[in-house]
Amino acid sequence: MRELQLKDLYDGFRNSEVIEAYAKLIAEDAKKLKTTINIMEVCGGHTHSIMKYGLAQLMPKNINFIHGPGCPVCIMPKERIDHAYVLAMQEDVILVTLGDMIKVPGSNGSLQDARAKGADVRFAYSPFDTLKIAKENLDKRIIFFAIGFETTTPMTAALLDAVIKREIKNIFFHINHVTVPEAMVALISDEDCSIDAFLGPSHVSVISGSKIYEEFPRDFYKPVVVSGFEPVDVMQSISMIVKQFLEKRCELEVEYKRAVNREGNLKAQKLNERYFEKAQNFRWRGLGDIPRSGLMLREKYDAYNAEVIYKDILPSKEIDDHKLCICGDILKGKANPPECSIFGTSCKPITPIGSCMVSSEGACAAYYKYGNLL
Amino acid sequence: MINKQITLAMGNGGEENNELISKVFYKAFKNDILEKSEDAAVIHDGELAFSTDSFTVSPLFFPGGDIGKLAICGTCNDLAMMGAKPKYLTCSVIIEEGFSMDELEKIVSSMKKELEVNEAIVVSGDTKVVPRGSVDKIFINTTGIGEIQKKGISSNNISQDDVILVSRDLGRHGAAIFAAREGINLTTDLQSDCASLTLQVQALIESGVKVTALRDATRGGVSSVLNEWAKQSNICIEVDEDTIPIAEEVYGICEMLGFEALNLANEGTFVLAIKKDDEAKALNVLHRFPNSSNAVKIANISKEYIGKVVLLSSYGTKRFLETPTGELLPRIC
Repeated sequence: MRELQLKDLYDGFRNSEVIEAYAKLIAEDAKKLKTTINIMEVCGGHTHSIMKYGLAQLMPKNINFIHGPGCPVCIMPKERIDHAYVLAMQEDVILVTLGDMIKVPGSNGSLQDARAKGADVRFAYSPFDTLKIAKENLDKRIIFFAIGFETTTPMTAALLDAVIKREIKNIFFHINHVTVPEAMVALISDEDCSIDAFLGPSHVSVISGSKIYEEFPRDFYKPVVVSGFEPVDVMQSISMIVKQFLEKRCELEVEYKRAVNREGNLKAQKLNERYFEKAQNFRWRGLGDIPRSGLMLREKYDAYNAEVIYKDILPSKEIDDHKLCICGDILKGKANPPECSIFGTSCKPITPIGSCMVSSEGACAAYYKYGNLL
Repeated sequence: MINKQITLAMGNGGEENNELISKVFYKAFKNDILEKSEDAAVIHDGELAFSTDSFTVSPLFFPGGDIGKLAICGTCNDLAMMGAKPKYLTCSVIIEEGFSMDELEKIVSSMKKELEVNEAIVVSGDTKVVPRGSVDKIFINTTGIGEIQKKGISSNNISQDDVILVSRDLGRHGAAIFAAREGINLTTDLQSDCASLTLQVQALIESGVKVTALRDATRGGVSSVLNEWAKQSNICIEVDEDTIPIAEEVYGICEMLGFEALNLANEGTFVLAIKKDDEAKALNVLHRFPNSSNAVKIANISKEYIGKVVLLSSYGTKRFLETPTGELLPRIC
């Protein structure tokens, strides 16, 4: 038997004939609709796929994408980036975080700038790399600056679990994990919000199950299709949403059946539950305070909590978004990036002011780069 | 520029790097030859090509090469890209106190081997040893002079009469180095493409292929080369996405870490702009060499989006291919 090649795994999901067939099907179905459907892809991974494969260009005029807030570094408020910066600048600290975080500017600069000033900042591909760094640097305090949605939370929990079980004394945590459903509720609770349906982030559901989206069709009349990230996945999911409108259904459906079930990864959920609890509030860049949308370490793990240990030196002042920035409206589908007065002038990918310009997955960054092709 | 300190992103071969070069160095050293912004300067009435490059790589010994081989290939390839045959090189090394003599000898011996491939010689050199911590093990600079075999090769003259080829599959060096880096626990058979390109270029010139421009796609990868060409020649480069050659292993690393093979560094891969009529002839020549046996056409030139590179998908969508920005970092989701 031939060894399974990587190509075998993705080929079908990037097949141009299938993509074209879905484009035709969506166009035919959309023609029968009298209204426009605004679909929010919540997750930055979906935005990336839509941009990379040019899928918006295949949509009929009455199907629009609204690029959501699902990029963990974009939504990080400046004061928390400042936390990372301050921690990294401590003499005896090595700050470890995931890749994208290094570039995001806080009020003093990015972690990249901190590193240029002498700070020891490392990016890890896996949080578990922190263990090796800690072992090689016993005279240093290693702070894992944890970011990400439900998808990356269990990895942080597993790292803490290992730290406790192996009695490692020099690893600490700064937790910035956030959860998707609360942000979705915040978006659609705004009465001017024009989101009609959601593409559900599927990797989140691999961990948390599809059940976390059940409230949206039930309580808010917004269909959700949990979608994979390959172009065929996204096209099929859009087609499923259009069919729901055509057949006057409003349901939670799973397109990414190959990895998502209703319950999700129970072991991961249990691990999260052991170490984390809901914070009362998390401030999202661009959206402001969203109740119960962030996680924090349970009190009994204070000894590992960098926010507790370093509370005297961490800046506590909240830094508001720039007053001309309209990221909040863009995320709700109320405005398009070019309508913002600082778009492309003072707010650019190299000097982002609002959350949507921060990473390539943000709506503004995408418009800036791909504007005349969208 | 907003930064008061130099960041790693400013050395990435992409946008920040270009900004640093133009705002600091070009501003200070401004002259007509420098402003042509070619791989090597063309001097002495178009008869000589002149280029310099400094080398630092971690790990020093990587699958498919080492810093010594890299230091010779890099400068010789820059000369070759101007249609020149490398002749004389200088070699300066800065060595960290405590560096292993064995490793130094290994590095110098691979430099010697690679000089022979290029039929070039080192005619002057310099050695400095600095206290521990002042450099990371060893830095090498080479500067080279080559005799131009074919005049007029320039990335400022590409037109709609040209097509764009690549000499082989893309991204091997960048992917191999990234996989070998500490913290990325990947096991792969992948080798860097590190190689001298002098022989291929000589063969192309001897066979009479009408070459408009050549460039080796080092840091910043093919994306950087194509974007620079689009701007320098005021053209739109339309890349047919399905034709881009990428090895399975490189593709796998890109998929895992969220990279684009087009943005990854190469050390023995070049991009060619040649006259349309000569496409078959050029490919025939390239296919004779093992290092370019999968050379292929990837793009046409148009006037649709001047100064831009567009990727065309097989299902009718398009997107811009940008000059890479920032450090090469894995994406989270």
